[in-house]
Amino acid sequence: MAREAMEYDVVIVGAGPAGLSTAIKLKKLDSNLNVCVLEKGSEVGAHILSGNVFETKALDELLPNWNNEGSPIKTKVSREKFLFLGKNSSLSWPTWLLPSVQKNHKNYIISLANLCRWLAEQAEKLGVEIFPGFPASEVLYNEDGSVKGVATLDMGLDKEGNKKDTYQEGMELHAKVTVFSEGCRGHLGKQLIKKFNLDEGKNPQQYGIGFKEIWEVSEEQHQEGMIMHTIGWPLDNKTYGGSFIYHAENKQIYFGYVVGLDYKNPYLSPFDEFQRFKTHKAIRKILEGGKRIAFGARALIEGGIQSLPKMFMPGALLIGCDAGTLNMPKIKGSHTAMKSGIVAAEAIFENIKNKADLSIYEKKFKESWAYKELYAARNVKPSFSWGLILGIIFTGIDQILFRGKLPFTLKHKHADHKSLKTANQMPKIEYPKPDGKLTFDKTSSVYLTGTNHTENQPVHLKLKDPNLPINYTLKEYDEPAQRYCPVGVYEIQQDKFVINSQNCIHCKTCDIKEPSQNITWVSPEGGGGPKYGNM
Amino acid sequence: MKILVAVKRVIDYNVQIRVKEDGTGVHTDNVKMSTNPPDDNAIEEAVKLKESGKVKEIVAVTVGEEKAQETVRKALAVGADRGIHVKADSYIEPLGIAKILKKVVEKEKPDMVFLGKQAIDDDCNQTGQMLAAILNWPQGTFTSKINLKEKTVEIVREIDEGLETLEINLPAVITCDLRLNEPRFASLPNIMKAKKKPIDQMIAKDLGIDIKNRIQQLKVEEPPKRKSGIKVSSVAELVSKLKNEAKVI
Repeated sequence: MAREAMEYDVVIVGAGPAGLSTAIKLKKLDSNLNVCVLEKGSEVGAHILSGNVFETKALDELLPNWNNEGSPIKTKVSREKFLFLGKNSSLSWPTWLLPSVQKNHKNYIISLANLCRWLAEQAEKLGVEIFPGFPASEVLYNEDGSVKGVATLDMGLDKEGNKKDTYQEGMELHAKVTVFSEGCRGHLGKQLIKKFNLDEGKNPQQYGIGFKEIWEVSEEQHQEGMIMHTIGWPLDNKTYGGSFIYHAENKQIYFGYVVGLDYKNPYLSPFDEFQRFKTHKAIRKILEGGKRIAFGARALIEGGIQSLPKMFMPGALLIGCDAGTLNMPKIKGSHTAMKSGIVAAEAIFENIKNKADLSIYEKKFKESWAYKELYAARNVKPSFSWGLILGIIFTGIDQILFRGKLPFTLKHKHADHKSLKTANQMPKIEYPKPDGKLTFDKTSSVYLTGTNHTENQPVHLKLKDPNLPINYTLKEYDEPAQRYCPVGVYEIQQDKFVINSQNCIHCKTCDIKEPSQNITWVSPEGGGGPKYGNM
Repeated sequence: MKILVAVKRVIDYNVQIRVKEDGTGVHTDNVKMSTNPPDDNAIEEAVKLKESGKVKEIVAVTVGEEKAQETVRKALAVGADRGIHVKADSYIEPLGIAKILKKVVEKEKPDMVFLGKQAIDDDCNQTGQMLAAILNWPQGTFTSKINLKEKTVEIVREIDEGLETLEINLPAVITCDLRLNEPRFASLPNIMKAKKKPIDQMIAKDLGIDIKNRIQQLKVEEPPKRKSGIKVSSVAELVSKLKNEAKVI
C-alpha cells in the first residue's frame, strides 16, 4: 500500500543554519512557495553543536535587521589569544602575526543552537512549516531517476522491526526541489553523493571530531568577549587538532577541542585527549573552581574545495556541511553554510519560476564570496599532513604572504578511515584517570547531553558484517570504536561487540572512522538523540 | 460524553536539571520543554475512549506562559478537539491551578476531568485531588485502567497493598498513571491539522479567583553528590565495612 504523501514546493532536510537560511530566503523571494523543514532533533537546536565565533556576513544579507529583532547574537569578540602548547610550556603568538582569516574582532561569540532556534522563529513567521522530531530516513526518486522527495521514518517499531501498538507508518514528502542540509556526514547526503557520483574527480573528504563543554566560572576568571585558540600538546606533531576557549555571556566559557580524524594511532582517544588537554597548567587555571554544565561532540567537515562534491543533482541540492562548505583555517562554517543556503534559495526560485537548471546553484555559489574564501583557504588543511611545524610554516607563507593565492592546490591523499595503522605498529596510550572536577569520564559526559532513544527500537548503527568487529577490527586495530566514539556507544564485553545505541549523540564519527567502513549511521526514531541547550 | 484533559508544560525528562546559583529555582532558558509524561497518558486514554465511540469531545487545557500553548497544540495533534490556554506568567501552586480548572469545568461542563497523577517538575501530586475536593466530585487517582460505563466509571489504581478496583459516579476527576497506556506519536498530517484547531485563551488573573501562592520557597539546591563506590577484596571486609563504617547491619 502506498504511504501517505504531502506535496510541497521545497522540502528541506535539517533545521541547521544552512537549511533555515534556504527556507527564510525562499519565503522572502516568494511568500507563496510551500516550504517545509524536517528536523530529526526533538526541537530545533537540540542537535546543533558549534564553537562558535560567528561572522555575520551571511546573516547581514539574509536578515539585515537581526540586531533589532531579538537575535541571540550579543557578545562581540574583544580580545584574542593564540597559544602554542608544549607539555609544560606555552608560547603566546602575537595576534598581529596571525593570518587575517584568524582575526575575529568583528565577530561574535554565540551559541549556534540558540541562533538556529531564533532563525526557526523567523522562518515560521514567514510561513515555513518546521517539523522537529521527524527524521528523513529515505530518499525518494521519480521514474526518471531525479529526486522526488524524502520519506520520514516509521515510528513505533521494536528491536526486531515488529510493529508495536504505537506503530505509525512514515510519510512521503514530495517536492519540486529537495534540499539536503543534514550537516556533516548527513546519512542521506552520503547516499546521494554515491548514487549521483557527486564526488567524482574530487579528493577524499576530510573530517574532524569536535568536542564542546560549557563551563560556568567565577567572575575573576571570566573576560567576556575574550577568545583563545591553542595548538600543540597533548596531540603530537603528526596529529591535526587544537582547542578553542571562548568567554561568552553569563560567566560561561565555551570550551572545545577538535581532533582531525586522519589520526593514525588506533589507541588514540579523541575524548581523552580533550580531557587531558584541560590539565595543562595554562588551561587548568582558566577552569579552576568552575563547573562543567554541558557537554557534546559532533564531527565536522574539513576537506574544503578539493573535496567539495558537485552540489546539485536532478531535483535536489546539497548545502552547508552536508556538502562541506566549512572554512578550516577560519575555524568557521556557519557563515559559509548560511551563504550556500541563501544561494540555494535563489537558484531554486529561478528553477521554479523560470525553469532554470539547478546547476545554476553551483555556478552562483562559485561566484560568491563564500567560495572565494574557501578557495583562499584550500591549502591550509592538507599542509598539516606534513606535521604541525611544517604546516604552520607553510600556512604562514600561504596565508600571510600570499593570502591564499599560491598558484597550486595541495591534495588530500586519502580518506580518514584509511589513515589508521594497525595496533601492533603503534604505541599504546595511557590516559590519566578523570578526577571528576576538571576531567571526566564518558558516562558522566553523555549524561549531560540529555541524549536518549526510546527503548526497544531498532539499533540505528548498522553493521554491514556483524562479525567483523571481533574477527578483524579487534585483532588488527584493537577495535578503535571503543575510543573514537565520544560517548562509549561501542564496547567489547567478553569477546562480544556491544552497541549501546541509546547513548548515541549523532556525531557520526563511527560512520567516518571505522577502518573498513563497516558501521553505517542511520536515523533513529524521531526526537531521539541529544537535547543540547545553549550549544 | 465530554472529557477535559489538563496538561502541563515541564522540562523534558531527559534534560539534566541545573539549579540556579542563587538558589531561587532551576534554569529554563533554551531548555527543551515537553508535556508532563503522565499527562500524555491522560490524553491518550481520552483519545482511546473517543475512538471507542463512548466520548464525543475532548478539550485540552493548560495553565502557563504563552509558550505553554505548545503543550495544548501537541494534545490537539494526538486527538483532542479543541484547546484552552489559561495565561499565567508566573508559577501557580496546585491549589491555584485547581481553582482555575474549576472555573474551566464550570464553563465546559465535562463528564470527566483527566490529569496526570503528578507533574515531574514540582512532584506535588495535588492538583487532581484538590480539584475533586473543590468540585465535590469523586476522584480516582493513580489510575492504571479505566472502564467507562454509562453513569459510572470503573478504575483500577495502584496502592501499597496491590491493585484496588473502584467504581465511582460521574462526573469524576481521574488522575492517570504511566502504566495506563502507551501514548501514540503525533503524525505529520495531524500536527498540521492541529495548527488549525482552535485554542481559546483566558487570563488567569481576570478569572476573579484567589490564586495567590501560599507557600514560601526558601531555597532550591542540588542533592549532595553521591560518593564513588569502592571495591572490597573479601566478604569479611564487606561485612566489616557494613557493620563499622556504614553501620547498616
